Amino acid sequence: MPVNTENMVKVFGRPESLTDARFTYCPGCHHGILTRIIAKAIDELGIAERTVTIAPVGCSVFAYLWYKCDAVQASHGRASAVATGLKRANKDLIVISYQGDGDFASIGTAESIHAANRGENITVIFVNNQIYGMTGGEMAPTTLVGQRTTTTPDGRDPAYFGYPIRFSELIATLDAPVYVTRQALYDTRRIMDAEKAIKKAISYQVEGKGYSLVEVLSTCPTNWHMSPLEANRHVAEVVTEAFPLGDLVDRGG
Amino acid sequence: MPSGRVLIDEERCKGCGLCIAACPQKVLAFSGKINRSGYNYVHMEHPEKCVGCAFCAMTCPDVAIEVYREKVAA
Repeated sequence: MPVNTENMVKVFGRPESLTDARFTYCPGCHHGILTRIIAKAIDELGIAERTVTIAPVGCSVFAYLWYKCDAVQASHGRASAVATGLKRANKDLIVISYQGDGDFASIGTAESIHAANRGENITVIFVNNQIYGMTGGEMAPTTLVGQRTTTTPDGRDPAYFGYPIRFSELIATLDAPVYVTRQALYDTRRIMDAEKAIKKAISYQVEGKGYSLVEVLSTCPTNWHMSPLEANRHVAEVVTEAFPLGDLVDRGG
Repeated sequence: MPSGRVLIDEERCKGCGLCIAACPQKVLAFSGKINRSGYNYVHMEHPEKCVGCAFCAMTCPDVAIEVYREKVAA
């Protein structure tokens, strides 16, 4: 049934910097919300022409398809290193590195920590869904204690697998980063908070202030074996206990 | 209350239902129809209740929703 919008004003539409490509994510996955938020921030800051996004390895490997910006697809875990190279080669670029927890906090640990420690003037978006989504739901370094994955079928046992790593807290102990925050997307209030945080992180880069990290707690309904709504509730009630929300460092103000 | 409308791109919708839960006015529901990708897409079940708050669009992981609001005379 066609919906009549005559004599009405559009109050919400697709951000200009998003292409028409359809997302390849599963139904209910938060990656899509986050992609829209980043595009919205690019629009609002008017930086689309000089922005380069770095696509990681993982579910978001096709991130270069979504934005009307330049993009580089990095090797697994190396997105922060690629971002460093781009930014140092051309300081006018706005470089946004988009990485999952397996990428940023596991295989890319060295690159991630040292890019932050050098205070590279880049923005890293770190999507933490506590699992390896694309490869079939294996344990990630961020997997919660007791969480069942295909490689921890009896639940993550810290005596054998260790504890979930709080990477943002690690980065927050360094002197260089200007902004480190943890956000979530499980309801509209968190989405609005995340929008503000991401815009702030990118604007710090535009102002030349230095490294910023926005960790975003995300869902993986498919590999968590939950409905999208159950997954949202799981983040709100369980995940935020292990990964508390809020700003850890803000030296940009 | 202003009146609103949402336009849902039926082919982009993956039927995750997050918009249905986000809507404070209970405007949206599954249509019971299947799109070309095989998903039971969402439609406006009660268009008259929509206030154009855009919570649905904000929550939609596939950016499938546009929101319109009635013009208010200045």
